[in-house]
Amino acid sequence: MDAPVLSNAAWYRTEQSDGTFRLVVGGGWVRGEARRLDPILRALDVGQHRNVEVDCGAIERLDTVGAWLLLRTKRTLEQRGVAVRPVHVDPKYHALVHTIDHECRGPPVVLPPRPSLFTTLERIGRGCFQAVRQGYELVGFFGLIVYETIATILRPRRLRVAALVHQMEETGLNATPIVGLLSFLIGVVFAYQGSDQLRRFGAEVFTVNLLGVGVLRELGGLMAAIIAAGRSGSAFAAQIGTMKLSEEIDAIQVTGFNVVEVLILPRLLGIMLTLPLLTFFSNMMGLIGGAATCNLDLGITIPAFLHQLQGAVSGWTFWVGVVKAPVFAFIIGLVGCHHGFQAERNASSVGRHTTQAVVESIFLVIAADAVFSVVFSKLGI
Amino acid sequence: MSTAAAELDAAIRIQGLVTRIGGHILHDHIDLDVMRGEILAVVGSSGSGKSVLLRSIVGLQQPAGGRIEVLGHELDTLYGDALVDLQVRWGVLFQDGALFGDQTVAQNVQTPLREHADLPQRLMDEIASVRLSMVGLPPDAAGKYPSELSGGMRKRAGLARALTLDPELLFLDEPTAGLDPISAAEFDVLVRELQQSLRLTVFMVTHDLGTLRATSDRIAVLVDQKLKVGTIASLAQDPHPWIHEYFAGFRAMTQP
Repeated sequence: MDAPVLSNAAWYRTEQSDGTFRLVVGGGWVRGEARRLDPILRALDVGQHRNVEVDCGAIERLDTVGAWLLLRTKRTLEQRGVAVRPVHVDPKYHALVHTIDHECRGPPVVLPPRPSLFTTLERIGRGCFQAVRQGYELVGFFGLIVYETIATILRPRRLRVAALVHQMEETGLNATPIVGLLSFLIGVVFAYQGSDQLRRFGAEVFTVNLLGVGVLRELGGLMAAIIAAGRSGSAFAAQIGTMKLSEEIDAIQVTGFNVVEVLILPRLLGIMLTLPLLTFFSNMMGLIGGAATCNLDLGITIPAFLHQLQGAVSGWTFWVGVVKAPVFAFIIGLVGCHHGFQAERNASSVGRHTTQAVVESIFLVIAADAVFSVVFSKLGI
Repeated sequence: MSTAAAELDAAIRIQGLVTRIGGHILHDHIDLDVMRGEILAVVGSSGSGKSVLLRSIVGLQQPAGGRIEVLGHELDTLYGDALVDLQVRWGVLFQDGALFGDQTVAQNVQTPLREHADLPQRLMDEIASVRLSMVGLPPDAAGKYPSELSGGMRKRAGLARALTLDPELLFLDEPTAGLDPISAAEFDVLVRELQQSLRLTVFMVTHDLGTLRATSDRIAVLVDQKLKVGTIASLAQDPHPWIHEYFAGFRAMTQP
């Protein structure tokens, strides 16, 4: 059996003489060659020979992977009771070979299992268990927050005003441009689509009713809440998760601060105070977008728009939208902070919990909105 | 170039390096040659720019002036494949190991192989196990995540990953910081042994007098934005107050 001899490529050949099996290796035994050499050496068959000589005289380059391939072959053969004798090993490789041979006598390193049906089932089980535990812990966290909130109300001096104002700026004021722009555009889209449908009945003017009720009751508040979840909920989770990563939370705890008071209440109260204001702003921008469309597309003048709007909506329509905002804000703040605290001490865990915080809070906000709709319709509001 | 000539050659050649961070000069025209096969340790007070020097050499920090040549290549002029070809010839151990948190130790060690070589998974598992036992990690560490390891084990795992591609040049950033004296001494011995058996050139940043004595061939002291290079014996005679005080601790240690 002969292999082609290329300069710098690893080659080997086998010879048999005088009851000795000779494996002659040469060229560059480096990791680039290992894919080719690995299966050949695993399948090396020395027949009935009890003596094997490995001639390393022609080796030009040797790295750990190449040395390991040769050593592994030697050990495999020795386990079968074959005597293996390396010859002509260049002295400059002695130290490397010795290190690998000497250090790796212990039991083989235990490696994590490869994915299989069993591990897939295990993952599904773990996922379900995790989801249940998540809910359980969120309830516990909710209890802790309520307790601390009441304690703070009883002793208002414990409230961190500077942190609260900072959070209100972050979650409220800084969100106004994006909330305003998106709500304006939603108003435009809503008015266009509504007028398209209503025009068939010659009832274009009712676009204003549709817009007023739709934006004030549902869309304004939902837009503001979803943007707050994306902006602030994610920020809460990432900030607290990173603080956990860098042991800042531990530092806060051992210094005698109350973590809930220092980190959570300012965030939670900040978003609960600002989201109703953001909702109001979002409502106004939605109506302005709708009014602009009505004016340009349908020819409804602004005074006519306002007149029609006055007939269409009552005070309740507005309050139904705004009253939901603190509840949405509470959900966003709770879920965001909770996921921050759940993060483990590595970067990918912080990222995963940030994503989960956003997804979960948007889900819970829409679920809560559905509950509100049912309750309000039962109450006849 | 023959092997013998390469042995005499400088692995790292720094000429007139100037580093400025935030308007503050950290390195003022420093020169340094690190010879192939030696262990050079950089010492200096906290904030003197030791780690920044290491980061400049591996290209993580843009120098404000001067030339840095690593393994015969000027880093600034390299890009794309040529840069990768140089990067696979060195290994870096960062201060806390810088292991990838979402991978097990074994996967961490295999990551450079997966990226730069095309090997069957079974062989990669074997190589990972060779590397891990080489750096003295217990067998059950392979399946663990970095957050489950102690600081010393994370450093060993980081060293295993730095060595995965058989580098010619090894960078160590404070290899023994945060380790107890016994673990630190073990780590020093490990570095020395691996340096000799794998014929590495080692550039390390350290604070540890024990490490200096156990491992380094030469020492570069970073004081007043300049480098002073020498051996322990020659630097102990240096009149500079900081160097004098630093090596005073050394004299105390070595005295009977």
